[in-house]
Amino acid sequence: MLTNELKKQVQYVDVLVVGAGPAGMAAAIAAREAGIENLLVLEREEHMGGILRQCIHNGFGLHRFKEELTGPEYAQRDIDEVNRLGIEVRCGTTVLSIDEDRFVTAISKQKGVQLFEAGAIVLAMGCRERPRGALATPGSRCAGVYSAGTAQKFVNLEGYMPGKRVVILGSGDIGLIMARRMTLQGAKVLACVEIMPYSGGLNRNIVQCLEDYDIPLLLSHTVVDIQGKDRLSGVTIAKVDEKRNPIPGTEQHFDCDTLLLSVGLIPENELTQQAGVEMSPTTQGAVVDDSLQTSREGIFACGNVLHVHDLVDFVSAESFRAGKAAAEFVQGKQRKGRYVALKDGNGVRGVVPQRLLIPEAEAEGVQVMFRPAAVYENATVVVSCGGRELLRQRKRIFTPGEMAELTLKPDAVAAIDGDTVTVEINP
Amino acid sequence: MERQITCINCPVGCRLQVTVEDGQVTKVEGQSCKRGEIYARQECIAPARMVTAAVPVADRKTPVSVKTRTPIPKEQIFPCMQQLAQLTLHAPVHMGDVVLSDVCGTGVDVIATKTVE
Amino acid sequence: MKKKIIIIGGGVVGCAIARQLSRYEADITLLEGGVDVAEGASKANSAIVHAGFDAKPGTMKAKLNVEGAKMYPELCREVGAPYGRPGAMVLAFLPEERATVETLYRQGVENGVEELRIIEREEILRLEPNTNPQVECALLVPTSGLTSPYELTYALADHAAVNGVAFVMNARVSSIRKEEGVFVLETAKGKMQADLVINCAGIGSGELHNQLSPRKVRLIPRKGEYYLLDHTLPLLFTRTMFQCPSKMGKGVLVSPTLHGNTILGPSAKDVEDAADVSTTQAALDLVNERSRMTWPSLTLRNVITTFAGIRAHEENGDFIIGAVEGCPGAYETVGVESPGLSAAPAIAKMLVSQIANENNLSEKQEWKPAPVRKKPFYAMSLEERVEAVRENADYGAIVCRCEQVTEAEIRAAIRRPVGATTIDGVKRRTRAGMGRCQGGFCSPRVLEILAEELGIDPTQVTKGGGNSRLLVGTIAQTMGKEDA
Repeated sequence: MLTNELKKQVQYVDVLVVGAGPAGMAAAIAAREAGIENLLVLEREEHMGGILRQCIHNGFGLHRFKEELTGPEYAQRDIDEVNRLGIEVRCGTTVLSIDEDRFVTAISKQKGVQLFEAGAIVLAMGCRERPRGALATPGSRCAGVYSAGTAQKFVNLEGYMPGKRVVILGSGDIGLIMARRMTLQGAKVLACVEIMPYSGGLNRNIVQCLEDYDIPLLLSHTVVDIQGKDRLSGVTIAKVDEKRNPIPGTEQHFDCDTLLLSVGLIPENELTQQAGVEMSPTTQGAVVDDSLQTSREGIFACGNVLHVHDLVDFVSAESFRAGKAAAEFVQGKQRKGRYVALKDGNGVRGVVPQRLLIPEAEAEGVQVMFRPAAVYENATVVVSCGGRELLRQRKRIFTPGEMAELTLKPDAVAAIDGDTVTVEINP
Repeated sequence: MERQITCINCPVGCRLQVTVEDGQVTKVEGQSCKRGEIYARQECIAPARMVTAAVPVADRKTPVSVKTRTPIPKEQIFPCMQQLAQLTLHAPVHMGDVVLSDVCGTGVDVIATKTVE
Repeated sequence: MKKKIIIIGGGVVGCAIARQLSRYEADITLLEGGVDVAEGASKANSAIVHAGFDAKPGTMKAKLNVEGAKMYPELCREVGAPYGRPGAMVLAFLPEERATVETLYRQGVENGVEELRIIEREEILRLEPNTNPQVECALLVPTSGLTSPYELTYALADHAAVNGVAFVMNARVSSIRKEEGVFVLETAKGKMQADLVINCAGIGSGELHNQLSPRKVRLIPRKGEYYLLDHTLPLLFTRTMFQCPSKMGKGVLVSPTLHGNTILGPSAKDVEDAADVSTTQAALDLVNERSRMTWPSLTLRNVITTFAGIRAHEENGDFIIGAVEGCPGAYETVGVESPGLSAAPAIAKMLVSQIANENNLSEKQEWKPAPVRKKPFYAMSLEERVEAVRENADYGAIVCRCEQVTEAEIRAAIRRPVGATTIDGVKRRTRAGMGRCQGGFCSPRVLEILAEELGIDPTQVTKGGGNSRLLVGTIAQTMGKEDA
């Protein structure tokens, strides 16, 4: 319950975007282009750009801009567009709470506590790295163990080196990128250790970041002990069996002062959960429909807070759709139709969206994304409803490290007659 | 001489077998598209990479990120990093500014990829 | 002339004694071997304020535990430390364990623990529905409490400091002897002298005792390892759930913490190296397995960290508290393992009263109250937040997003009378870095604020003192730039 004094301070915003990383910026741009004037973006950091600010390597924008940009350059294109469109962005502003009625509280140094009532909200908070604690790796709790992204921030945004002899646990893309970055900056990267029998990162990063610098990638291995009194002095790794349990007798020791963790990303959904939004245990993001609306009316989600992407180009594309849908929601352009569920079948994990609206009016194409559950070569992805095939596509390779996508054409959507649509990979 | 390389053009990551004779690529196998062959020829004769780094800016907390405008020969990566390490820039630096021209005699400029006012 | 008193050790016991002694006219210095107070057993234990049914009647442990536990609510209110009384149960799973529960009940009654009751399966499952339904019976302990051991230690230290106690960190005492009626201490910060010494050096107290007394003691470092689960998981147990000690071992507890986390542990293993607080797979597996006895549906999916603490087990099993035998002017608290945290306030009261009597210390005219600290931001109401940020704009910058810790609180933690000087010191005083991401997002900013507040270069900031620096140099330095 608000006091009368606080009630007077509540500001109404048509579309409120939480986060000014690539997802938030794209959503805001799309909302403005769809005609939303009363639009506000809240960003907790002092600058727009999100995680791209520290991703100084190249490889961004091939799909969207047809050229290869670095992270800061990719971000700058959106920042320029946000500024050109005159969108209000409040940096240094942290959202403290969102409730189911789209009442939002935020705080900043400049403006103190701010209260908003939003016509629609776009959640674009991004993701965070899984920390060491989540792995429960035994050993010392000394200094020198960092998540790869924290190390990246120290090196690229603050100009400090966190260590000189490095082992990397996990072969996610940030870990691979940091293997190269630390090497170029004069550190010795001894190995990249991956518990799975395949890498979690993109193939091109394994070549450009590890193979180029003769850094061994040890698959089916993990760190079993972390040593060091004050600062890390070494780690012990071991081979793992099919159940990912270390195999005794396969231990190897590395003397090192730094262990970087690149063991997965988790969508940052504390605010989403506060708003009472239904969550997917698989993606760890919200359950959304094909307009990226969550189970709460008027609350949309896009980018890495929805599901972890590999390519920022796809984050932007998804977020443009979310921003446009949020605008249409505020403008009263409600879609009518019936919902069907989209489910993970064999070999598929984390289909997004999880719900499809089969419109009364003419159907539109729907983009579906998911992660393969394992590596499949020359396999076929099949989308079906009640035994009826809606789409069949063959691909040379599916790997968990690379998000797969497909588009259901309007006629395929129109042909859905059951309640459940399944996406599966047939090896 | 036979060489095994992984194509880095797209996420498929084809495993290519490349035959090199007298410094010439005579055969490429394993690619699933034309780009694989082009990549193999470049990679086996004159491999090149884009270099990205961060360079300190005097009196500023944040360094400026930089990149080579185009890929440079692979063997020039470390010499390029060494040259960049000797650099201290002075604000303001704008995105696209040349911070080091013709790095290591490659004919390629190093440019800023962000602005530090 | 005021008596010069040196307290060796800044754990919860040393700081409680420092605070209690600061009521008297004396020149008091506390020497801590680590970089901060609460660096030893006081930072890594179960955080339980035991009711006192566990210790054998007639022992020092039993007496001081029950007394100490009764002092907790008021002490925590006075110094501003967290305290709660969720109660506890001791679970019996086997028919033969019923006898143990009955013994504990009788022991508790004899020790003066109030409100004890033996309850049966139905009531257990009604009170704690997530308990293993195979449970037989349990001892219900409504007076079992919780605190935050390091937050209490910091608060005690602050209170002592505002009343004139000097704290010297990184001053490990390597030897102590008495020369012409004066104690001479060799420390990492040089030679020091004192009229009276109080040895509260935790696991190191045995060795110092043996340097002073002809009657030798032996302390055995006993390692206990724990899992800590995230507080986003709804609390599945509202009470501390103990298991009966059995031939399988002492049993592990499943307990809430005052911050809404769940703690599992400890294991118990005697170790050689008292400085070794690394965790091991074997012990953690054991904790996991034993915890399932209490909580069959336990999963480790929400583990945010594991940690280990060293307890100072005296071979005869009781606390040794009082004047050092054969060495006038020296006092000690040796072998303070569990329930040492619960007993700490009573230990301080008893020992300081003895010291004051034996040395004719006079009480000060004025003993200042503990400094008042602001409520943590995460616990503030919206109105309180509006007010806080209006008064101090630094409340508007959320540094730790997982625990909602603001820049204002981090600066305040560093500026406390006994302030944080390390990343871990900030973390334990403010909770910044204690959440899901374990400092991934906030540690660079905390490091920056520490460097600013302490006036040091960022590369000098440590995680927990000593050589635990986080950064090895600037990117220019590591590339061998000539003028970097």
